[in-house]
Amino acid sequence: MTREQTAGAPLSIARPATQPAAIEMSGVDRSFQIPDGTLVQTLSNFNLSVAPGEFVAIVGPTGCGKSTTLNLITGLARPDAGRVKVLGRPVDGIDPDVGFVFQVDALFPWRSVLGNVSAGLRYRGVSKKEANEAALDWIAKVGLKRFANHYPHQLSGGMRKRVALAQTFISQPKILLMDEPFSSLDVQTRTFMQDELLNLWSSLGASVVFVTHDLEEAVALADRVVVLTARPATVKSSYRIDLPRPRVMGEIRYDARFMDMCRTIWADLKDEAQAGMDGSTLSAGSDTAFTPNS
Amino acid sequence: MTIGNPATRSATVPAAAPATAAERLDDARRRAARKRRQRSNSILLVRVLIFVVFTAGWEAAARAGWIDPFFFSMPSAIVARLVDWFSNGTSQGSLMLQVWVTLRETVFGFLIGSVLGIVCGIVLGRNRYLADVFSIYIKVANSIPRIVLGSIFVIAFGIGIGSKVALAVVMVFFVVFTNAFQGAREADKALIEKTQILGASKWQVTTSVIVPSAMSWILASLHVSFGFALVGAVVGEFLGAREGLGLLVVTEQGLFHADGVFAAMIVLAVIALTADALLTGLEKRLLKWRPPVSHDIGT
Repeated sequence: MTREQTAGAPLSIARPATQPAAIEMSGVDRSFQIPDGTLVQTLSNFNLSVAPGEFVAIVGPTGCGKSTTLNLITGLARPDAGRVKVLGRPVDGIDPDVGFVFQVDALFPWRSVLGNVSAGLRYRGVSKKEANEAALDWIAKVGLKRFANHYPHQLSGGMRKRVALAQTFISQPKILLMDEPFSSLDVQTRTFMQDELLNLWSSLGASVVFVTHDLEEAVALADRVVVLTARPATVKSSYRIDLPRPRVMGEIRYDARFMDMCRTIWADLKDEAQAGMDGSTLSAGSDTAFTPNS
Repeated sequence: MTIGNPATRSATVPAAAPATAAERLDDARRRAARKRRQRSNSILLVRVLIFVVFTAGWEAAARAGWIDPFFFSMPSAIVARLVDWFSNGTSQGSLMLQVWVTLRETVFGFLIGSVLGIVCGIVLGRNRYLADVFSIYIKVANSIPRIVLGSIFVIAFGIGIGSKVALAVVMVFFVVFTNAFQGAREADKALIEKTQILGASKWQVTTSVIVPSAMSWILASLHVSFGFALVGAVVGEFLGAREGLGLLVVTEQGLFHADGVFAAMIVLAVIALTADALLTGLEKRLLKWRPPVSHDIGT
Protein backbone atom coordinates (compact mmCIF):
# COMPACT_ATOMS: atom_id res chain seq x y z
CA MET A 1 0.00 0.00 0.00
CA THR A 2 1.25 3.39 -0.84
CA ARG A 3 0.00 6.71 0.33
CA GLU A 4 -0.44 8.60 -2.91
CA GLN A 5 -1.55 12.05 -2.19
CA THR A 6 -2.60 14.48 0.43
CA ALA A 7 -5.36 17.00 0.11
CA GLY A 8 -5.15 19.66 -2.53
CA ALA A 9 -4.08 18.99 -6.08
CA PRO A 10 -6.25 16.80 -8.33
CA LEU A 11 -5.19 13.19 -8.36
CA SER A 12 -5.36 12.98 -12.10
CA ILE A 13 -2.04 14.65 -12.87
CA ALA A 14 -0.21 11.39 -12.53
CA ARG A 15 -2.31 9.71 -15.21
CA PRO A 16 -1.45 9.73 -18.91
CA ALA A 17 -3.52 12.36 -20.65
CA THR A 18 -4.72 10.03 -23.40
CA GLN A 19 -7.19 8.08 -21.27
CA PRO A 20 -9.94 10.29 -19.83
CA ALA A 21 -10.91 9.58 -16.24
CA ALA A 22 -14.26 7.86 -15.71
CA ILE A 23 -15.12 10.42 -13.06
CA GLU A 24 -13.41 13.75 -12.65
CA MET A 25 -14.29 16.22 -9.91
CA SER A 26 -12.14 19.30 -9.67
CA GLY A 27 -12.43 22.30 -7.38
CA VAL A 28 -15.98 21.41 -6.41
CA ASP A 29 -17.81 23.45 -3.77
CA ARG A 30 -21.24 22.44 -2.58
CA SER A 31 -23.38 23.69 0.26
CA PHE A 32 -26.94 23.11 1.36
CA GLN A 33 -29.45 25.13 3.27
CA ILE A 34 -30.76 23.80 6.55
CA PRO A 35 -34.35 24.64 7.50
CA ASP A 36 -33.45 27.72 9.59
CA GLY A 37 -31.86 29.27 6.49
CA THR A 38 -28.16 28.88 7.29
CA LEU A 39 -25.92 27.60 4.56
CA VAL A 40 -23.77 24.64 5.48
CA GLN A 41 -20.81 23.93 3.28
CA THR A 42 -20.37 20.20 2.68
CA LEU A 43 -17.67 20.13 0.02
CA SER A 44 -14.90 22.65 -0.41
CA ASN A 45 -12.37 22.58 -3.26
CA PHE A 46 -13.06 18.87 -3.65
CA ASN A 47 -10.91 16.94 -6.11
CA LEU A 48 -11.39 13.31 -7.03
CA SER A 49 -10.58 11.31 -10.11
CA VAL A 50 -11.57 7.71 -10.76
CA ALA A 51 -9.97 5.69 -13.56
CA PRO A 52 -12.03 3.45 -15.87
CA GLY A 53 -12.61 0.10 -14.18
CA GLU A 54 -11.28 1.31 -10.84
CA PHE A 55 -12.97 0.44 -7.54
CA VAL A 56 -12.73 3.42 -5.19
CA ALA A 57 -14.05 3.38 -1.64
CA ILE A 58 -14.72 6.65 0.17
CA VAL A 59 -14.53 6.76 3.94
CA GLY A 60 -14.84 9.75 6.18
CA PRO A 61 -16.36 11.06 9.38
CA THR A 62 -20.08 11.01 9.99
CA GLY A 63 -22.02 13.49 7.87
CA CYS A 64 -18.97 14.84 6.09
CA GLY A 65 -20.49 14.90 2.62
CA LYS A 66 -19.83 11.40 1.27
CA SER A 67 -23.36 11.09 -0.09
CA THR A 68 -23.22 14.60 -1.52
CA THR A 69 -20.27 13.46 -3.62
CA LEU A 70 -22.36 10.70 -5.16
CA ASN A 71 -25.31 13.00 -5.81
CA LEU A 72 -23.02 15.35 -7.70
CA ILE A 73 -21.79 12.51 -9.90
CA THR A 74 -25.33 11.33 -10.73
CA GLY A 75 -26.50 14.82 -11.55
CA LEU A 76 -29.12 14.78 -8.80
CA ALA A 77 -27.24 17.73 -7.30
CA ARG A 78 -25.26 20.52 -8.97
CA PRO A 79 -21.94 21.93 -7.76
CA ASP A 80 -21.89 25.56 -6.58
CA ALA A 81 -18.44 25.90 -8.10
CA GLY A 82 -15.99 23.62 -9.89
CA ARG A 83 -16.47 20.92 -12.49
CA VAL A 84 -17.85 17.39 -12.42
CA LYS A 85 -17.20 15.26 -15.49
CA VAL A 86 -18.36 11.72 -16.13
CA LEU A 87 -16.73 9.74 -18.97
CA GLY A 88 -15.24 12.96 -20.24
CA ARG A 89 -18.61 14.77 -20.43
CA PRO A 90 -19.68 17.51 -18.02
CA VAL A 91 -22.55 16.25 -15.85
CA ASP A 92 -25.81 17.71 -17.07
CA GLY A 93 -28.80 15.85 -15.70
CA ILE A 94 -28.92 12.13 -15.15
CA ASP A 95 -26.43 10.12 -17.16
CA PRO A 96 -27.68 6.78 -18.55
CA ASP A 97 -24.24 5.24 -17.97
CA VAL A 98 -24.51 5.77 -14.22
CA GLY A 99 -26.00 3.17 -11.87
CA PHE A 100 -26.76 3.80 -8.21
CA VAL A 101 -27.32 1.41 -5.32
CA PHE A 102 -28.89 3.07 -2.31
CA GLN A 103 -28.52 2.39 1.37
CA VAL A 104 -32.24 1.61 1.55
CA ASP A 105 -33.64 -0.97 -0.87
CA ALA A 106 -35.84 1.56 -2.68
CA LEU A 107 -37.61 -1.18 -4.63
CA PHE A 108 -41.07 -0.69 -6.11
CA PRO A 109 -43.17 -2.45 -3.45
CA TRP A 110 -46.06 -2.82 -5.92
CA ARG A 111 -44.00 -4.64 -8.53
CA SER A 112 -42.76 -8.20 -8.56
CA VAL A 113 -39.04 -8.96 -8.64
CA LEU A 114 -39.32 -9.27 -12.42
CA GLY A 115 -41.07 -5.90 -12.69
CA ASN A 116 -38.44 -4.30 -10.47
CA VAL A 117 -35.46 -5.65 -12.36
CA SER A 118 -36.87 -4.85 -15.81
CA ALA A 119 -37.89 -1.29 -14.84
CA GLY A 120 -34.71 0.45 -15.98
CA LEU A 121 -34.82 -1.12 -19.45
CA ARG A 122 -38.52 -0.33 -19.80
CA TYR A 123 -37.91 3.35 -18.95
CA ARG A 124 -35.28 3.47 -21.67
CA GLY A 125 -37.69 2.17 -24.27
CA VAL A 126 -36.77 -1.53 -24.48
CA SER A 127 -39.75 -3.69 -25.45
CA LYS A 128 -41.48 -5.59 -22.68
CA LYS A 129 -40.48 -8.96 -24.06
CA GLU A 130 -36.80 -8.14 -24.38
CA ALA A 131 -36.71 -6.39 -21.00
CA ASN A 132 -38.29 -9.39 -19.31
CA GLU A 133 -35.85 -11.81 -20.93
CA ALA A 134 -32.89 -9.75 -19.81
CA ALA A 135 -34.43 -9.35 -16.35
CA LEU A 136 -34.93 -13.11 -15.93
CA ASP A 137 -31.32 -13.56 -16.91
CA TRP A 138 -30.14 -11.16 -14.21
CA ILE A 139 -32.53 -12.56 -11.64
CA ALA A 140 -30.93 -15.96 -12.25
CA LYS A 141 -27.44 -14.42 -11.96
CA VAL A 142 -28.19 -13.10 -8.47
CA GLY A 143 -29.70 -16.44 -7.49
CA LEU A 144 -33.37 -15.47 -7.26
CA LYS A 145 -34.74 -17.58 -10.13
CA ARG A 146 -37.51 -19.06 -7.99
CA PHE A 147 -38.60 -15.66 -6.73
CA ALA A 148 -39.19 -13.78 -10.00
CA ASN A 149 -42.88 -13.35 -9.26
CA HIS A 150 -42.57 -12.52 -5.56
CA TYR A 151 -43.20 -9.05 -4.21
CA PRO A 152 -40.43 -7.29 -2.26
CA HIS A 153 -42.22 -7.68 1.08
CA GLN A 154 -42.04 -11.45 0.64
CA LEU A 155 -38.23 -11.40 0.45
CA SER A 156 -35.53 -11.17 3.11
CA GLY A 157 -33.25 -8.13 3.41
CA GLY A 158 -30.41 -9.87 1.60
CA MET A 159 -32.68 -10.99 -1.23
CA ARG A 160 -34.05 -7.47 -1.64
CA LYS A 161 -30.47 -6.22 -1.89
CA ARG A 162 -29.84 -8.78 -4.66
CA VAL A 163 -32.87 -7.46 -6.50
CA ALA A 164 -31.47 -3.94 -6.16
CA LEU A 165 -28.13 -5.08 -7.58
CA ALA A 166 -29.76 -6.87 -10.54
CA GLN A 167 -31.94 -3.80 -11.12
CA THR A 168 -28.83 -1.62 -11.36
CA PHE A 169 -26.54 -4.03 -13.23
CA ILE A 170 -29.09 -4.85 -15.94
CA SER A 171 -28.45 -1.46 -17.58
CA GLN A 172 -24.71 -2.31 -17.70
CA PRO A 173 -23.63 1.00 -16.16
CA LYS A 174 -20.08 2.16 -16.85
CA ILE A 175 -20.12 4.03 -13.53
CA LEU A 176 -21.48 2.36 -10.44
CA LEU A 177 -22.18 4.46 -7.36
CA MET A 178 -22.97 2.78 -4.07
CA ASP A 179 -24.04 4.61 -0.93
CA GLU A 180 -23.48 2.32 2.06
CA PRO A 181 -25.39 -0.39 0.21
CA PHE A 182 -24.84 -3.17 2.72
CA SER A 183 -24.99 -1.27 6.00
CA SER A 184 -28.49 -2.51 6.83
CA LEU A 185 -27.55 -6.19 6.45
CA ASP A 186 -26.40 -8.59 9.13
CA VAL A 187 -22.74 -9.59 9.11
CA GLN A 188 -23.09 -12.95 7.33
CA THR A 189 -25.40 -11.61 4.64
CA ARG A 190 -23.15 -8.63 4.16
CA THR A 191 -20.14 -10.89 3.55
CA PHE A 192 -22.08 -12.85 0.91
CA MET A 193 -23.24 -9.68 -0.77
CA GLN A 194 -19.71 -8.25 -0.87
CA ASP A 195 -18.50 -11.39 -2.65
CA GLU A 196 -21.47 -11.18 -4.98
CA LEU A 197 -20.68 -7.56 -5.75
CA LEU A 198 -17.04 -8.32 -6.58
CA ASN A 199 -18.15 -11.15 -8.90
CA LEU A 200 -20.64 -8.96 -10.73
CA TRP A 201 -18.16 -6.10 -10.89
CA SER A 202 -15.38 -8.25 -12.35
CA SER A 203 -17.64 -9.28 -15.24
CA LEU A 204 -18.98 -5.76 -15.77
CA GLY A 205 -15.72 -3.81 -15.54
CA ALA A 206 -17.40 -0.61 -14.34
CA SER A 207 -15.77 2.13 -12.32
CA VAL A 208 -17.13 1.99 -8.80
CA VAL A 209 -17.42 4.65 -6.12
CA PHE A 210 -18.38 2.92 -2.92
CA VAL A 211 -19.25 5.08 0.08
CA THR A 212 -19.09 3.33 3.42
CA HIS A 213 -18.49 4.04 7.07
CA ASP A 214 -16.96 0.59 7.51
CA LEU A 215 -13.21 0.89 6.97
CA GLU A 216 -12.70 -2.89 6.79
CA GLU A 217 -15.31 -3.13 4.06
CA ALA A 218 -13.60 -0.33 2.15
CA VAL A 219 -10.16 -1.95 2.32
CA ALA A 220 -11.47 -5.41 1.51
CA LEU A 221 -13.37 -4.33 -1.63
CA ALA A 222 -11.49 -1.44 -3.17
CA ASP A 223 -8.47 -0.74 -5.34
CA ARG A 224 -8.15 2.61 -3.63
CA VAL A 225 -9.48 4.02 -0.37
CA VAL A 226 -10.05 7.76 -0.20
CA VAL A 227 -10.23 9.39 3.23
CA LEU A 228 -12.23 12.60 3.51
CA THR A 229 -11.80 15.34 6.08
CA ALA A 230 -14.52 16.52 8.42
CA ARG A 231 -17.00 19.01 6.93
CA PRO A 232 -16.45 20.84 4.66
CA ALA A 233 -14.98 17.76 3.05
CA THR A 234 -11.86 17.62 0.95
CA VAL A 235 -9.81 14.56 0.09
CA LYS A 236 -7.40 14.10 2.98
CA SER A 237 -5.48 11.17 1.61
CA SER A 238 -5.72 8.28 -0.79
CA TYR A 239 -4.38 4.77 -0.31
CA ARG A 240 -3.78 2.19 -3.02
CA ILE A 241 -4.86 -1.26 -1.87
CA ASP A 242 -2.76 -3.75 -3.76
CA LEU A 243 -4.19 -6.91 -2.24
CA PRO A 244 -4.44 -9.55 -4.97
CA ARG A 245 -7.75 -10.31 -6.68
CA PRO A 246 -9.96 -12.29 -6.72
CA ARG A 247 -10.53 -11.60 -3.03
CA VAL A 248 -12.68 -13.69 -0.73
CA MET A 249 -14.40 -11.61 1.89
CA GLY A 250 -14.62 -14.29 4.54
CA GLU A 251 -10.85 -14.82 4.45
CA ILE A 252 -9.33 -11.49 3.67
CA ARG A 253 -10.08 -10.06 7.09
CA TYR A 254 -7.53 -12.48 8.64
CA ASP A 255 -4.81 -11.48 6.19
CA ALA A 256 -1.92 -9.77 7.97
CA ARG A 257 -1.40 -7.14 5.26
CA PHE A 258 -5.11 -6.37 5.27
CA MET A 259 -5.02 -5.70 8.99
CA ASP A 260 -1.93 -3.55 8.59
CA MET A 261 -3.66 -1.41 5.99
CA CYS A 262 -6.74 -1.01 8.14
CA ARG A 263 -4.58 0.08 11.04
CA THR A 264 -2.69 2.64 8.98
CA ILE A 265 -5.78 4.16 7.41
CA TRP A 266 -7.62 4.18 10.70
CA ALA A 267 -4.81 6.22 12.27
CA ASP A 268 -5.33 8.73 9.47
CA LEU A 269 -9.10 8.73 9.75
CA LYS A 270 -9.32 8.86 13.54
CA ASP A 271 -8.52 12.57 13.88
CA GLU A 272 -11.12 13.49 11.27
CA ALA A 273 -13.74 11.26 12.86
CA GLN A 274 -13.05 12.98 16.15
CA ALA A 275 -13.25 16.42 14.54
CA GLY A 276 -16.44 15.42 12.76
CA MET A 277 -18.08 14.35 15.98
CA ASP A 278 -17.04 17.48 17.87
CA GLY A 279 -17.98 19.79 15.06
CA SER A 280 -21.25 18.27 13.96
CA THR A 281 -23.95 20.57 15.26
CA LEU A 282 -26.58 18.90 13.11
CA SER A 283 -26.75 15.18 12.86
CA ALA A 284 -26.58 14.62 9.14
CA GLY A 285 -26.47 11.13 7.73
CA SER A 286 -27.08 7.89 9.50
CA ASP A 287 -23.50 6.80 9.90
CA THR A 288 -22.76 5.06 13.13
CA ALA A 289 -19.71 5.91 15.14
CA PHE A 290 -16.41 4.68 13.91
CA THR A 291 -14.54 2.15 15.96
CA PRO A 292 -11.01 0.99 15.33
CA ASN A 293 -10.98 -2.60 14.21
CA SER A 294 -7.39 -3.51 14.76
CA MET B 1 -72.23 -45.27 38.93
CA THR B 2 -69.49 -47.51 37.76
CA ILE B 3 -66.03 -46.44 37.01
CA GLY B 4 -65.11 -47.12 33.40
CA ASN B 5 -62.92 -50.12 32.81
CA PRO B 6 -59.26 -49.46 32.10
CA ALA B 7 -59.71 -49.89 28.35
CA THR B 8 -62.29 -47.10 27.88
CA ARG B 9 -60.53 -44.84 30.32
CA SER B 10 -57.31 -44.89 28.40
CA ALA B 11 -59.20 -43.75 25.32
CA THR B 12 -60.44 -40.56 27.01
CA VAL B 13 -57.08 -39.67 28.46
CA PRO B 14 -55.31 -37.33 26.01
CA ALA B 15 -53.60 -39.44 23.38
CA ALA B 16 -49.87 -39.74 23.72
CA ALA B 17 -48.22 -36.46 22.74
CA PRO B 18 -47.71 -36.34 18.94
CA ALA B 19 -44.33 -37.83 18.27
CA THR B 20 -42.96 -36.26 15.12
CA ALA B 21 -42.42 -32.61 14.34
CA ALA B 22 -44.79 -32.88 11.37
CA GLU B 23 -47.55 -34.16 13.62
CA ARG B 24 -46.98 -31.39 16.10
CA LEU B 25 -47.11 -28.78 13.34
CA ASP B 26 -50.31 -30.33 12.03
CA ASP B 27 -51.77 -30.24 15.49
CA ALA B 28 -50.86 -26.58 15.93
CA ARG B 29 -52.46 -25.78 12.57
CA ARG B 30 -55.68 -27.53 13.52
CA ARG B 31 -55.81 -25.73 16.83
CA ALA B 32 -55.19 -22.38 15.16
CA ALA B 33 -57.94 -23.02 12.61
CA ARG B 34 -60.38 -24.03 15.36
CA LYS B 35 -59.52 -20.92 17.31
CA ARG B 36 -60.13 -18.70 14.25
CA ARG B 37 -63.50 -20.36 13.60
CA GLN B 38 -64.58 -19.99 17.19
CA ARG B 39 -63.61 -16.33 17.19
CA SER B 40 -65.49 -15.42 14.01
CA ASN B 41 -68.55 -17.38 15.16
CA SER B 42 -68.61 -15.56 18.45
CA ILE B 43 -68.27 -12.16 16.74
CA LEU B 44 -71.21 -12.97 14.45
CA LEU B 45 -73.29 -14.15 17.38
CA VAL B 46 -72.68 -11.02 19.43
CA ARG B 47 -73.47 -8.83 16.42
CA VAL B 48 -76.80 -10.54 15.85
CA LEU B 49 -77.55 -10.32 19.54
CA ILE B 50 -76.97 -6.56 19.62
CA PHE B 51 -79.26 -6.07 16.63
CA VAL B 52 -82.03 -8.18 18.13
CA VAL B 53 -81.83 -6.47 21.51
CA PHE B 54 -81.83 -3.00 19.95
CA THR B 55 -84.74 -3.63 17.54
CA ALA B 56 -86.83 -5.57 20.03
CA GLY B 57 -86.18 -2.93 22.70
CA TRP B 58 -87.27 -0.13 20.34
CA GLU B 59 -90.39 -2.03 19.33
CA ALA B 60 -91.28 -2.89 22.92
CA ALA B 61 -90.63 0.66 24.16
CA ALA B 62 -92.86 2.08 21.45
CA ARG B 63 -95.66 -0.39 22.09
CA ALA B 64 -95.47 0.08 25.86
CA GLY B 65 -95.74 3.85 25.34
CA TRP B 66 -92.31 4.71 26.83
CA ILE B 67 -91.45 6.54 23.61
CA ASP B 68 -94.01 8.12 21.33
CA PRO B 69 -94.17 6.12 18.06
CA PHE B 70 -95.56 9.23 16.36
CA PHE B 71 -92.17 10.93 16.69
CA PHE B 72 -89.81 7.98 16.82
CA SER B 73 -91.78 5.35 14.93
CA MET B 74 -91.01 1.67 15.52
CA PRO B 75 -89.33 -1.14 13.55
CA SER B 76 -92.52 -2.88 12.50
CA ALA B 77 -93.98 0.36 11.10
CA ILE B 78 -90.75 1.10 9.22
CA VAL B 79 -90.72 -2.38 7.68
CA ALA B 80 -94.38 -1.99 6.78
CA ARG B 81 -93.60 1.32 5.09
CA LEU B 82 -90.74 -0.25 3.11
CA VAL B 83 -92.96 -3.13 1.99
CA ASP B 84 -95.63 -0.64 0.98
CA TRP B 85 -93.11 1.40 -1.05
CA PHE B 86 -91.82 -1.69 -2.77
CA SER B 87 -95.25 -3.02 -3.69
CA ASN B 88 -97.28 0.17 -4.25
CA GLY B 89 -94.63 2.79 -4.95
CA THR B 90 -94.07 6.04 -3.08
CA SER B 91 -96.04 9.27 -3.22
CA GLN B 92 -93.78 10.39 -6.07
CA GLY B 93 -93.54 7.23 -8.18
CA SER B 94 -91.88 3.84 -7.83
CA LEU B 95 -89.21 3.41 -5.16
CA MET B 96 -86.71 2.09 -7.70
CA LEU B 97 -87.05 5.28 -9.72
CA GLN B 98 -86.18 7.35 -6.61
CA VAL B 99 -83.19 5.11 -5.93
CA TRP B 100 -82.08 5.38 -9.54
CA VAL B 101 -82.34 9.19 -9.58
CA THR B 102 -80.36 9.65 -6.38
CA LEU B 103 -77.84 6.97 -7.29
CA ARG B 104 -77.18 8.58 -10.65
CA GLU B 105 -76.55 11.99 -9.08
CA THR B 106 -74.30 10.41 -6.47
CA VAL B 107 -72.25 8.36 -8.90
CA PHE B 108 -71.74 11.24 -11.33
CA GLY B 109 -70.72 13.54 -8.50
CA PHE B 110 -68.47 10.89 -7.01
CA LEU B 111 -66.70 10.13 -10.29
CA ILE B 112 -66.19 13.75 -11.34
CA GLY B 113 -65.14 14.81 -7.85
CA SER B 114 -62.70 11.92 -7.42
CA VAL B 115 -61.05 12.37 -10.82
CA LEU B 116 -60.65 16.11 -10.24
CA GLY B 117 -59.39 15.49 -6.72
CA ILE B 118 -56.85 12.87 -7.81
CA VAL B 119 -55.53 14.95 -10.72
CA CYS B 120 -55.26 18.19 -8.71
CA GLY B 121 -53.84 16.38 -5.68
CA ILE B 122 -51.09 14.70 -7.67
CA VAL B 123 -50.21 17.79 -9.70
CA LEU B 124 -49.91 19.91 -6.56
CA GLY B 125 -48.22 17.09 -4.68
CA ARG B 126 -45.56 16.95 -7.40
CA ASN B 127 -45.09 20.71 -7.67
CA ARG B 128 -43.94 22.40 -4.51
CA TYR B 129 -44.34 25.91 -5.98
CA LEU B 130 -47.96 25.43 -7.04
CA ALA B 131 -48.65 23.77 -3.71
CA ASP B 132 -47.30 26.76 -1.82
CA VAL B 133 -49.33 29.16 -3.98
CA PHE B 134 -52.62 27.31 -3.66
CA SER B 135 -52.35 26.02 -0.09
CA ILE B 136 -53.98 29.14 1.34
CA TYR B 137 -56.99 28.87 -0.98
CA ILE B 138 -57.39 25.17 -0.33
CA LYS B 139 -57.41 25.88 3.40
CA VAL B 140 -60.06 28.57 3.03
CA ALA B 141 -62.23 26.50 0.72
CA ASN B 142 -61.92 23.52 3.02
CA SER B 143 -63.02 25.47 6.08
CA ILE B 144 -66.23 26.98 4.72
CA PRO B 145 -69.32 24.80 5.12
CA ARG B 146 -69.55 23.68 1.50
CA ILE B 147 -73.07 22.32 1.87
CA VAL B 148 -74.26 25.94 1.76
CA LEU B 149 -73.05 26.08 -1.82
CA GLY B 150 -76.06 23.87 -2.58
CA SER B 151 -78.27 26.97 -2.55
CA ILE B 152 -76.01 28.63 -5.12
CA PHE B 153 -76.09 25.54 -7.30
CA VAL B 154 -79.91 25.38 -7.21
CA ILE B 155 -80.02 29.00 -8.31
CA ALA B 156 -77.40 28.43 -11.01
CA PHE B 157 -78.26 24.98 -12.32
CA GLY B 158 -81.96 24.70 -11.47
CA ILE B 159 -83.67 21.81 -9.70
CA GLY B 160 -82.58 19.14 -12.18
CA ILE B 161 -79.65 16.73 -11.86
CA GLY B 162 -77.03 19.48 -12.36
CA SER B 163 -77.27 21.12 -8.96
CA LYS B 164 -77.09 17.76 -7.12
CA VAL B 165 -74.09 16.56 -9.08
CA ALA B 166 -72.34 19.89 -8.49
CA LEU B 167 -72.93 19.67 -4.74
CA ALA B 168 -71.74 16.05 -4.65
CA VAL B 169 -68.59 17.04 -6.61
CA VAL B 170 -67.76 19.77 -4.12
CA MET B 171 -68.29 17.39 -1.21
CA VAL B 172 -66.07 14.70 -2.74
CA PHE B 173 -63.33 16.84 -4.24
CA PHE B 174 -61.68 18.08 -1.07
CA VAL B 175 -61.55 14.71 0.64
CA VAL B 176 -59.96 13.01 -2.36
CA PHE B 177 -57.75 15.99 -3.14
CA THR B 178 -56.33 16.17 0.37
CA ASN B 179 -55.52 12.47 0.38
CA ALA B 180 -54.05 12.36 -3.13
CA PHE B 181 -51.94 15.40 -2.27
CA GLN B 182 -50.69 13.88 0.96
CA GLY B 183 -50.08 10.54 -0.76
CA ALA B 184 -48.05 12.17 -3.53
CA ARG B 185 -46.05 14.14 -0.96
CA GLU B 186 -45.27 11.06 1.08
CA ALA B 187 -43.86 9.10 -1.84
CA ASP B 188 -40.48 7.67 -0.89
CA LYS B 189 -37.81 10.19 -1.88
CA ALA B 190 -35.15 7.53 -2.33
CA LEU B 191 -37.45 5.60 -4.65
CA ILE B 192 -38.09 8.72 -6.73
CA GLU B 193 -34.36 9.40 -7.05
CA LYS B 194 -33.64 5.79 -7.88
CA THR B 195 -36.33 5.78 -10.54
CA GLN B 196 -34.82 8.91 -12.08
CA ILE B 197 -31.40 7.28 -12.15
CA LEU B 198 -32.91 4.19 -13.78
CA GLY B 199 -33.81 6.51 -16.62
CA ALA B 200 -37.44 7.44 -15.97
CA SER B 201 -38.81 10.70 -17.36
CA LYS B 202 -40.81 13.04 -15.13
CA TRP B 203 -44.03 11.52 -16.44
CA GLN B 204 -42.75 7.99 -15.87
CA VAL B 205 -41.81 8.89 -12.29
CA THR B 206 -45.36 10.15 -11.78
CA THR B 207 -47.01 7.04 -13.19
CA SER B 208 -44.69 4.45 -11.72
CA VAL B 209 -43.89 5.93 -8.30
CA ILE B 210 -46.15 8.82 -7.32
CA VAL B 211 -49.50 7.40 -8.39
CA PRO B 212 -48.96 3.92 -6.92
CA SER B 213 -47.66 5.47 -3.66
CA ALA B 214 -50.66 7.73 -3.40
CA MET B 215 -53.04 4.90 -4.35
CA SER B 216 -53.56 3.53 -0.86
CA TRP B 217 -54.34 7.04 0.41
CA ILE B 218 -56.69 7.70 -2.50
CA LEU B 219 -58.55 4.42 -2.10
CA ALA B 220 -59.01 5.05 1.61
CA SER B 221 -60.49 8.45 0.82
CA LEU B 222 -62.87 7.00 -1.77
CA HIS B 223 -64.63 5.03 0.97
CA VAL B 224 -65.41 8.19 2.89
CA SER B 225 -66.15 10.27 -0.15
CA PHE B 226 -68.84 8.03 -1.60
CA GLY B 227 -70.80 8.72 1.57
CA PHE B 228 -70.10 12.43 1.08
CA ALA B 229 -71.36 12.27 -2.50
CA LEU B 230 -74.57 10.68 -1.24
CA VAL B 231 -74.96 13.44 1.34
CA GLY B 232 -74.40 16.01 -1.40
CA ALA B 233 -77.04 14.46 -3.66
CA VAL B 234 -79.61 14.09 -0.87
CA VAL B 235 -79.10 17.60 0.49
CA GLY B 236 -79.31 18.89 -3.07
CA GLU B 237 -82.70 17.20 -3.31
CA PHE B 238 -83.75 18.70 0.04
CA LEU B 239 -83.10 22.12 -1.45
CA GLY B 240 -85.25 21.58 -4.49
CA ALA B 241 -86.05 18.58 -6.68
CA ARG B 242 -88.81 16.81 -8.55
CA GLU B 243 -87.74 13.27 -7.63
CA GLY B 244 -85.22 11.30 -5.62
CA LEU B 245 -84.75 9.90 -2.14
CA GLY B 246 -83.93 13.31 -0.64
CA LEU B 247 -87.22 14.69 -1.87
CA LEU B 248 -88.93 11.59 -0.45
CA VAL B 249 -87.46 12.37 2.97
CA VAL B 250 -88.68 15.97 2.76
CA THR B 251 -92.14 14.83 1.70
CA GLU B 252 -92.40 12.31 4.51
CA GLN B 253 -91.18 14.92 6.97
CA GLY B 254 -93.89 17.28 5.77
CA LEU B 255 -96.50 14.59 6.38
CA PHE B 256 -95.10 13.85 9.87
CA HIS B 257 -94.34 10.29 8.75
CA ALA B 258 -91.40 9.36 11.01
CA ASP B 259 -91.53 5.80 9.66
CA GLY B 260 -91.15 7.13 6.10
CA VAL B 261 -88.04 9.13 7.05
CA PHE B 262 -86.50 6.09 8.71
CA ALA B 263 -87.43 3.89 5.74
CA ALA B 264 -85.73 6.28 3.31
CA MET B 265 -82.72 6.33 5.61
CA ILE B 266 -82.49 2.55 5.43
CA VAL B 267 -82.62 2.63 1.63
CA LEU B 268 -79.80 5.20 1.61
CA ALA B 269 -77.77 3.09 4.03
CA VAL B 270 -78.13 0.06 1.77
CA ILE B 271 -76.83 2.09 -1.18
CA ALA B 272 -73.85 3.35 0.84
CA LEU B 273 -72.97 -0.11 2.16
CA THR B 274 -73.17 -1.68 -1.30
CA ALA B 275 -70.85 0.98 -2.71
CA ASP B 276 -68.49 0.46 0.20
CA ALA B 277 -68.33 -3.27 -0.49
CA LEU B 278 -67.56 -2.62 -4.17
CA LEU B 279 -64.80 -0.18 -3.22
CA THR B 280 -63.32 -2.68 -0.79
CA GLY B 281 -63.17 -5.20 -3.63
CA LEU B 282 -61.40 -2.64 -5.84
CA GLU B 283 -58.98 -1.83 -3.04
CA LYS B 284 -58.09 -5.49 -2.56
CA ARG B 285 -57.39 -5.89 -6.27
CA LEU B 286 -55.26 -2.76 -6.59
CA LEU B 287 -53.31 -3.21 -3.37
CA LYS B 288 -52.59 -6.90 -3.61
CA TRP B 289 -48.85 -6.14 -3.41
CA ARG B 290 -49.19 -5.01 0.17
CA PRO B 291 -48.00 -7.38 2.88
CA PRO B 292 -50.91 -9.14 4.55
CA VAL B 293 -51.41 -8.31 8.20
CA SER B 294 -50.44 -11.32 10.25
CA HIS B 295 -52.68 -12.21 13.15
CA ASP B 296 -51.32 -13.44 16.37
CA ILE B 297 -54.02 -15.91 17.24
CA GLY B 298 -52.59 -16.67 20.66
CA THR B 299 -52.55 -20.16 22.02
